[in-house]
Amino acid sequence: MKEEYVLELEHIRKEYPGVIALKDVTLRLRRGEILALIGENGAGKSTLIKTCSGAVVPTSGKIRINGKEFERMTPQLAAENGIAIIYQEFNNVGELSAAENLFLGRPIRKGIVIDRKAMEAEAAKAFEQLRIRIDPAELVKNLTVGYQQMIEIAKAIQQNAQVLIMDEPSAPLTSNEVENMFEVVELLRKKGVSIIYISHRLDEIFRLSDRIEVIRDGEYIDTLITKDSTVDQLIRLMVGREMTQNYPPRKPCIDKDRVVLELKNVCGNGNRNMSLQIHAGEVLGLGGLVGAGRTELAEVIFGAARKESGQIFLNGKEISPRSPREAIDLGIALVPEDRKRHGALLTNSIRNNINMSIYRRISFGSVIRSRTERETAETYMKSMAIKAPSIQQQVKNLSGGNQQKVILGKWLAADSRLIIFDEPTRGIDVGAKYEIYKLINSLVEEGRSVLMISSEMEELMGMSDRIIVLSEHRISGELNRDEFDADRIMMYASSIVDEEKEE
Amino acid sequence: MDVKKFVKGNAIWLVFIAMVIVFSIANPNFIKPSNLVAISRQVAVYGIASIGMTFVILIAGIDLSIGSIITLVNIVCAYMMVNMGVNMWVALLISLVIATLVGVLNGFMVSTIGMPALIATFASQTVFEGIAYLICGGMPISGFDKHFDMFGRWSVGIVPVSAILMIICFAVGSFILNKSYFGRYFYAIGGNEEAAELSGIRVSWMKYLIYALSGFFAGLAGIVMLSRTGSGQATAGLGYEFDVITCVVLGGVSVNGGFGKMSGVVAGVLIIGSLTNGMILMDVNSYMQMVVKGVVLALAVGFDCLSKKRQAS
Repeated sequence: MKEEYVLELEHIRKEYPGVIALKDVTLRLRRGEILALIGENGAGKSTLIKTCSGAVVPTSGKIRINGKEFERMTPQLAAENGIAIIYQEFNNVGELSAAENLFLGRPIRKGIVIDRKAMEAEAAKAFEQLRIRIDPAELVKNLTVGYQQMIEIAKAIQQNAQVLIMDEPSAPLTSNEVENMFEVVELLRKKGVSIIYISHRLDEIFRLSDRIEVIRDGEYIDTLITKDSTVDQLIRLMVGREMTQNYPPRKPCIDKDRVVLELKNVCGNGNRNMSLQIHAGEVLGLGGLVGAGRTELAEVIFGAARKESGQIFLNGKEISPRSPREAIDLGIALVPEDRKRHGALLTNSIRNNINMSIYRRISFGSVIRSRTERETAETYMKSMAIKAPSIQQQVKNLSGGNQQKVILGKWLAADSRLIIFDEPTRGIDVGAKYEIYKLINSLVEEGRSVLMISSEMEELMGMSDRIIVLSEHRISGELNRDEFDADRIMMYASSIVDEEKEE
Repeated sequence: MDVKKFVKGNAIWLVFIAMVIVFSIANPNFIKPSNLVAISRQVAVYGIASIGMTFVILIAGIDLSIGSIITLVNIVCAYMMVNMGVNMWVALLISLVIATLVGVLNGFMVSTIGMPALIATFASQTVFEGIAYLICGGMPISGFDKHFDMFGRWSVGIVPVSAILMIICFAVGSFILNKSYFGRYFYAIGGNEEAAELSGIRVSWMKYLIYALSGFFAGLAGIVMLSRTGSGQATAGLGYEFDVITCVVLGGVSVNGGFGKMSGVVAGVLIIGSLTNGMILMDVNSYMQMVVKGVVLALAVGFDCLSKKRQAS
């Protein structure tokens, strides 16, 4: 007798140093069904599916494929057992033809020579089966994103995949391409392939899936039958938690009469028509899904990317920073999302990091006033409560929270008036989070302004005075503190502004 | 515990001392003052050139053009003095400006155009070596003002002027690296270019500066060499970039950028200098010398990469 489930992930737990990414998540995929996997950014969806390919090794838990049990997977094991994952980035080689990509790593050969003709004929058959119209001889780089994705799917089917896992497959596609992809996915279900479909777009999930599994904060929440569930219900399951974290209290400090930063119809770096205002002493939250254009907006304000049109005003004066240096001199700072790549200079000392943006100011000619340098570092190490043996300590030896404080110390030393935080507490443990929140509070209480990008709903609502939500590189909604509502934010974040896509 | 730390921090100097002892035992002439003076004269050229290279490697770059810059300066300076009758100091100054401009050109290719440093400086190596040949037609140029001897042949007491020049250059290099904010920027860029840019460092300008400095110090090395040999030759700087790279890397400057000290480079220069000299005294065949130097370079880089790998895991 055949097993009811093709793939079972049982009680999967994954710990990283200091963070638990998955706590006891179970997922069971039935033969020939489409199971949607949903959850907020950072809920653990990607980590969970990566355990199926071996890219992530679970700390504990079991993986069962057709009843066969595994402690961990490897890419080879996954392929042998018929599991294929379509990631958001494709693994195609642009310089090779569609057919060659389909048979990448296992070409059809005649002796030692690659048999191009046979490969193209086989590829044509494979594409025909999926009713995709691609010329097998066409170079992949000349194909649209949609077709490139089709090749990935065809490759998986060619390799006898029984389980197809798709991570946000519609994200890079235009609406027409999404239609085509749906048809292929439905065709595959008819052929008996089981599919895990990850998406933020609830309308797609309702259209395609048989069941929906919701996870949140690395925990299994519920599994629903699609036709018996509603949008409201799903949103509530995804975000509807109690406010478990306490946010430090903040004195009222917003000066509504002083607009520090104003954007008027700013376009550029992928974004369209961004207009917003930040006041002195205000924390403006920027919500939205990953890829909605939040980081891109921050880069434009910080001079790391150019705006194409529109105007930016700082304290009423129009500015157009062309480099981070210019933005810093204007009093704008950015605490980036990827601390290790863009924020801290890991191989440099705490002292050098804190002084890095002000060296010219604290130098006589080009000679550093070493006392000022040392005192500045000591001042901020103390006021930020950075835990380290000395200012000479290399930043890479500090914990995530302390690294974040070093970066913040650098911007306070530079006397930044507007500080942009991109995911300020990502990868930081709970205790240090609270400290970062207190520091953000003290910034605005001193009259500085904060623009905070956050994918954590709680943090966004707990820390912001006002929230602007982006979707698909546009502003899709704005809420004042008394209107904060996780469901509404989620609605704005996943709203599709469709006329844009066709441009 | 402290002994271990000391050994780790000064391993390169301990290697140098061990080498001196070995050579002294093998051939007592090695440790004689006259030989030590000879060594200091020999190392002056690549010692001076290694300062600019230190900055370049510190930001994870490379400068293959310095051998050509040495040659170019040899020929240009000699040609101006002998064939054009230009005053020695004017010729010297113009040569240094040209050397610096070659560095600026490297900076342009690496920074503004975005070419890989290896290819950009390799291209200018070929171009300027060719230009040097074109100027002199392959013939050596000699017959300088006798005062021009001062940089390579004169001594103060028993200390050669060239060695004094090298010491001054090392002091300047060390000052730039440790006391000026440029040094902080170099370490930051070498550690993480993107984060450095986002901290407000104008990385592209710094690259211009660094390659220009590399050109300048190579030019200075070229002057010292020209003064020592007394004749401008179209092959003067051939292969010098490799000796200089070996010195810098041996001195503990990481080829991945971000790490290194000037004092380590001094030790690297001394090791290569005494290794060459010691092998000559011991009558080691010159091809064998190449083998040894190549092995030393591989060991130095290999050690650096291994320790990085161990740190990562």
